Amino acid sequence: MRLTHTTIWVLDQDEALDFYTSKLGFEVNADATIDDFRWLTVSPPDQPDHELILLEPGPPMMDEPTAAQVRALIAKGVLGPGAFETDDCARSYAELSARGVPFISEPAQRSYGIEATLRDNSGNWFSMTQRSG
Amino acid sequence: MPDPIPSYIHLLRAKDLIDRRYAQPLDVAAMAREAHASSAHFARSFKRAFGETPHQYLLRRRIERAQELLRSTQLGVTDVSLEVGFRSLGTFSRTFREITGESPSAYARRWRAAGAPPIPGCFAQMYTRPLGRAVLEKPAGGGLRNVTSTATDQEAPCD
Repeated sequence: MRLTHTTIWVLDQDEALDFYTSKLGFEVNADATIDDFRWLTVSPPDQPDHELILLEPGPPMMDEPTAAQVRALIAKGVLGPGAFETDDCARSYAELSARGVPFISEPAQRSYGIEATLRDNSGNWFSMTQRSG
Repeated sequence: MPDPIPSYIHLLRAKDLIDRRYAQPLDVAAMAREAHASSAHFARSFKRAFGETPHQYLLRRRIERAQELLRSTQLGVTDVSLEVGFRSLGTFSRTFREITGESPSAYARRWRAAGAPPIPGCFAQMYTRPLGRAVLEKPAGGGLRNVTSTATDQEAPCD
């Protein structure tokens, strides 16, 4: 088995789409709707076979009070959906910073490589690591 | 939230049972057994956890499954109604219209003309269950309105 899709909860799909494409440089994989449900996925350019599903919390998956709780968790920065790998953390950090991606931590040496952490425009945080060895 | 987490897990089992067996006759007693709860306590707990009663959840699941069949197959409305667990075409059509604001045949015409969208079935099932017209209309200010009950509120037997 391989993981092919990961859900990223976002506050606004249009704003998330802008961030993930124009700031992170990802590509749109799918953008289709059934009535009010918008199936929107993006992929890192190096990894077109893994889709990040950009989803807004809300009915019918969640009732409105639950959606409000999830929106609060996103906006408070609680959710960290995963970690990206890069060949050159310093270069990626420079490129993404120049495009306006907010970073929580600058590239720093860890036992497993060089790591920086970034935040998307909803509040989700990600590691961006250049693995050592 | 006053509920301890384990009760959510039991309630979720009942919700999953509805999703698995929506096409069969399902009474509240069977759902409550799945949740290890008494019938009286079960419906109230379910609504508190998920914002709608088990009966509403079941009806909306059946209508969602019907929408999927109307979008992606050539089945007629009568066959679709039987396929998703309605014994009467009249009840199906009325429920469909109450929940979606549109008749099953109009829905089928609209989507069969457009072609089924390329959205994975499991996600469509999770995210397109119709809740009634009120919540499907997004207010101009963005965000979703509170879930408003529709005419499916009555606790009728699930036929």
